[in-house]
Amino acid sequence: MALLDVRSISKSFGAIRALHDVSFSVDAGEVVGLMGDNGAGKSTMVKLIAGNFPPSEGAIVVDGKACHFHRPIEARAEGIEVVYQELALADNLTAAENVFLGREIKKGFWPLRILDKQSMIRRAGELFDELKSETRPRDLVKKMSGGQRQAVAIARARLSNAKLVLMDEPTAAISVRQVAEVLELIRRLKSSGVSVMLISHRMPDVFTVCDRIVVLRRGSKVADKETAKTSPEQITGLITGAIREA
Amino acid sequence: MKLSAIQATEETHAAISDIVNIREQSALHRVMTSQAFWVAAALFALVVFMTWLEPTFGTADNVTNITRNFAPLAIMSLGMTVVIITGGIDLSVGSVMGLVAIVTGLLLTWHHSWYVAFAAGLLAGLACGAFNGFFVAYIGMPSFVVTLGMLSIARSLAVVLSGNQMLYQFGPDAPIVRAIGQAKWPLHPPTGWAPRWMPEFSSHFWVMVILALILGAIFIFTAWARHLYAIGSNENAARLTGVSVDWIKFQAYVFSALTASIASLLLLGYSGSAINAMGTGYELRVIAGTVIGGANLMGGYGTAFGAVIGSAFLEVIRNALLMAGIDSNWQGAFVGMFIVIAVLLGMQTSGTSLVATIREWIVWKRV
Repeated sequence: MALLDVRSISKSFGAIRALHDVSFSVDAGEVVGLMGDNGAGKSTMVKLIAGNFPPSEGAIVVDGKACHFHRPIEARAEGIEVVYQELALADNLTAAENVFLGREIKKGFWPLRILDKQSMIRRAGELFDELKSETRPRDLVKKMSGGQRQAVAIARARLSNAKLVLMDEPTAAISVRQVAEVLELIRRLKSSGVSVMLISHRMPDVFTVCDRIVVLRRGSKVADKETAKTSPEQITGLITGAIREA
Repeated sequence: MKLSAIQATEETHAAISDIVNIREQSALHRVMTSQAFWVAAALFALVVFMTWLEPTFGTADNVTNITRNFAPLAIMSLGMTVVIITGGIDLSVGSVMGLVAIVTGLLLTWHHSWYVAFAAGLLAGLACGAFNGFFVAYIGMPSFVVTLGMLSIARSLAVVLSGNQMLYQFGPDAPIVRAIGQAKWPLHPPTGWAPRWMPEFSSHFWVMVILALILGAIFIFTAWARHLYAIGSNENAARLTGVSVDWIKFQAYVFSALTASIASLLLLGYSGSAINAMGTGYELRVIAGTVIGGANLMGGYGTAFGAVIGSAFLEVIRNALLMAGIDSNWQGAFVGMFIVIAVLLGMQTSGTSLVATIREWIVWKRV
């Protein structure tokens, strides 16, 4: 059974039809690339799965359970975490503080419930170790490289034992060396049994880590192929519309 | 042999990366790079210098005066710091003081007990804060606009309610009200035990100390404060991670109004009268103190200690100029200069430093 099953989803905003009858699935521990040109409906798809708004038609099934998300927190409760493109991190806080933002570990009892900083620092350290990232829990995020920031964002997702991590353009604005770091992080997530949906424009990245590639064009799915059975040329053709369907 | 050589290089490599990478934030490092620390150092130097220059400056009486003068401002700076950390500003605090004083004063004139009057005053203040908070947090209006509106509204209400009269016939509870505003501890003999060299600290000062300690503890130990800092740095991120951004911002404005109300009640007690002009222009002094103490107007940074130190610094400068016999009309110029200097110094430790800016500018000129 698939972890995430997207069934005949359509989404309209007034007269604009962003998605039309899209179906695909993501298995446990699978890395699926979601590709498409600007305006193809990728962001809408991500927002639907992340629970920002419900679909107009169709269903999102997580672990065999039909879900109707209205708010991101509902999707999070089902084990879906999003690593946003703009990296939802607070620069003035440390790595550990960011990992635990909004779900701090506390000790003591009311009215003296205080932060358990040591536990959070230790746990964040463990998460970074698991991700084999050179990120230290006490460092300020402000001073971190793009790769380290990604590690913090991914550690956030790991903390909640997410089943599916959506990554929106994680390699868009970072250096070559950092891209390698991020791809390594994705592999680590996969090897620990977490499914990843990678939304990216960068063909090499998608081909390096993804098991399968789903291509959207003008709101419809035009391809759903195993990476091994396709090529960057074919995917490019599908994205631009030079190849109609595959 | 070969293996150990590889290990050795790896170790050196690790060491280098440790040096190249940023160091972990140690407690000492954080203190040394904070603006509040340097302002405290400057304050200390100024006090030592003035004591040496002008013996009356260091007397217990003058210390009592200075600490009582800046305490209400520091109390309000604590509230302002919370608002500024969220990236907002509260321009209404001075007017809220006036309204609180008049509401409390009216109830006292009508012979209500002091606690009823104080409670009503606090409620009026909190209502102003709730108004600010609602429109900023839930409606999403700019804090500058909303609190500027409240600055005008609260002052106008104070004038209308007071009938533009000074209120001073406070009824049966007048002695209690005055006692609250004029109390001192520890007292000199014959009533007290304190030696002559020890200043008799005012109730204003002690309220400030207690509030600062509470707020300092909140900043260090609670998730609420951490969310506050996160909101100031990246409101969108805080929202995405499930922080109740609107509620916390709302609370920040209510807290700021609460501190203004407390300051107002203390001043009301001290003078034994209520005037609708109380707190006029205080918003700028409070913001100045907060910023000198290191709070970042862009949001995301500020401390309780900084709020107190910044306010103290402004008052000590004022007092020192007075003691040194400099025309009091110069005060504004000095205070303004110190605001700019303090923020400039703060930028050396975070953000763009002056030196770097000048260097860039010269390079740009050449190109």
